[in-house]
Amino acid sequence: MKILAFTIATGIAVVSMAMQTKPAAVPKQTMENGKKVYDVYCLACHQADGAGVPKMNPPLSKTQYVLGDKKRLVQIILKGMNEPLEIDGESYENTMSAHDFLSDQEVADVLTYVRNSFKNKASIVTPAEVKAVRAKLK
Amino acid sequence: MKWILPGIAVSLLLGANVYGSDSTKVKKKHLPEENGGIALPAGFRAIVVADNLGGARHLAVQKNGDVYVKLDNAKKGKGILRLHDKNGDGVADDVTGFANYGGTGIAIKDNYLYASSNTDVYRYKLNAKGEVIDTANAENIVTKLINRRTHNTKSLVLDNDGNIYVTIGSPSNACQLKDRTKGSPSPDPCPLLDSTGGIWQFKADKPGQSYNNGIRYATGIRNVVGLDWNQSVNELYAMQHGRDNFNTLFPEMYDEEKSADLPAEELLRIKKGDDFGWPYCYFDQFQHKKVLAPEYGGDGKKEGRCAEKKYPVYGFPAHWAPNGLLFYTGDQFPARYRNGAFIAFHGSWNRAPRPQGGYCVVFLPFNKDGMPSGEFEMFADGFAGADVSPNGARFRPCGLAQGPDGSLYISDDKKGRIWKVNYSGK
Repeated sequence: MKILAFTIATGIAVVSMAMQTKPAAVPKQTMENGKKVYDVYCLACHQADGAGVPKMNPPLSKTQYVLGDKKRLVQIILKGMNEPLEIDGESYENTMSAHDFLSDQEVADVLTYVRNSFKNKASIVTPAEVKAVRAKLK
Repeated sequence: MKWILPGIAVSLLLGANVYGSDSTKVKKKHLPEENGGIALPAGFRAIVVADNLGGARHLAVQKNGDVYVKLDNAKKGKGILRLHDKNGDGVADDVTGFANYGGTGIAIKDNYLYASSNTDVYRYKLNAKGEVIDTANAENIVTKLINRRTHNTKSLVLDNDGNIYVTIGSPSNACQLKDRTKGSPSPDPCPLLDSTGGIWQFKADKPGQSYNNGIRYATGIRNVVGLDWNQSVNELYAMQHGRDNFNTLFPEMYDEEKSADLPAEELLRIKKGDDFGWPYCYFDQFQHKKVLAPEYGGDGKKEGRCAEKKYPVYGFPAHWAPNGLLFYTGDQFPARYRNGAFIAFHGSWNRAPRPQGGYCVVFLPFNKDGMPSGEFEMFADGFAGADVSPNGARFRPCGLAQGPDGSLYISDDKKGRIWKVNYSGK
């Protein structure tokens, strides 16, 4: 029974994987540039492995905040965030500071890096997308 | 769902293979860990009183041996747990609870149990046996203290003159207009200090107090979680959490290493009216000097107004996050421990990318004048396990309490383990 369930489930999983649109491969240089920004501005709070700090700084691994709506994600970087935030039943209390001093390119690089690190796999963020969100904030 | 199914199936198969082929592994898995998974000095042993309670913050032990634990979030409507040991083996076999609020502070004094949420302080009358008489009705002693998420815990301790001391942490790292934001200025004077960033004194028996009838007992304190009343000198002591983010905010002045090693976590000896200097100053334990914070014109050396601020009595390594402080008054431990301080360090995060520190309980010896008489020493270690990081740590020590038999209790707020440490000399 176990083996049957396993086989069926694996079959479903394989099919569903094939049906998903595969994100385009991220250029190596973008990942390297993104990591540089991450190490300077993000790592102290979100940690080297993106796991964050329980109850204080939220994890970046496999959350909808990172993998979901890119506009919301860009906005969090540019404006910061200071409101109750809950992920998987855990709430986080520290302030996320605004990073509007980063260029469109830097924001795009770091978000692309975060969306493709720490077990994440998601589409890249372009400088144009950052620029569009930034224009609306002004 | 489709991912979970094969995962379970695989782990079931793997599990059967691994443990089925090697019986010693199965046995090992069921052996209790020595000292509940922590390392202690020779002659000390620990047992696990209770496990998996939730976010066990501070705790207090009643004269009958019952342990009261404050949870950071109420579980099934229970924010205070009572651990009762029916058969006297030290392990709780009856866990009950009450109080529908999360929080950190808890203390027992003169037939009352005091506990705090992140805004209020409550108290419960105890009967002659030391049990809470009416768990459903508490007196609301202090109310409407500021809770802006950051540093919102309201720890508490009582003196011998009918007063209760409540910590009100600043909702900020360094009083910047935009918290932790590079380039955002810090106003001078810091407007947060009128209602946060200090320790307030209230009457222990008067319901409904708030800022209007409390006394700001001491100021210039960024955030305190661990505090205690030192009975040997009849004074208040507290452990400050020092500021963060030197490197991210001022990379030109503080490299990663300096940022990981500064500032000290300060042990404060507090008299009424003291000002310890936050956010204008921080204590550099290497220069042994209070220096101006970079937000207020500091360059890492200049003293300025900090020369007039009160100094700590001891500086611990940076960012270790002291969440529990206990002056030991028992006579079960060897004599050198008497009137000395135990400090529970929750463990750092702001030392990244440098290795993290803390995740331990240390001992600091004291003389009879209430001053440290030596350097701190490791007492209980190994809480984090192999992965010494805030997320990977197995346990994070938080609260300390002394039992009526002179044993030391330690709480963990990661999973909710409670240890009881005894000295046997063996």
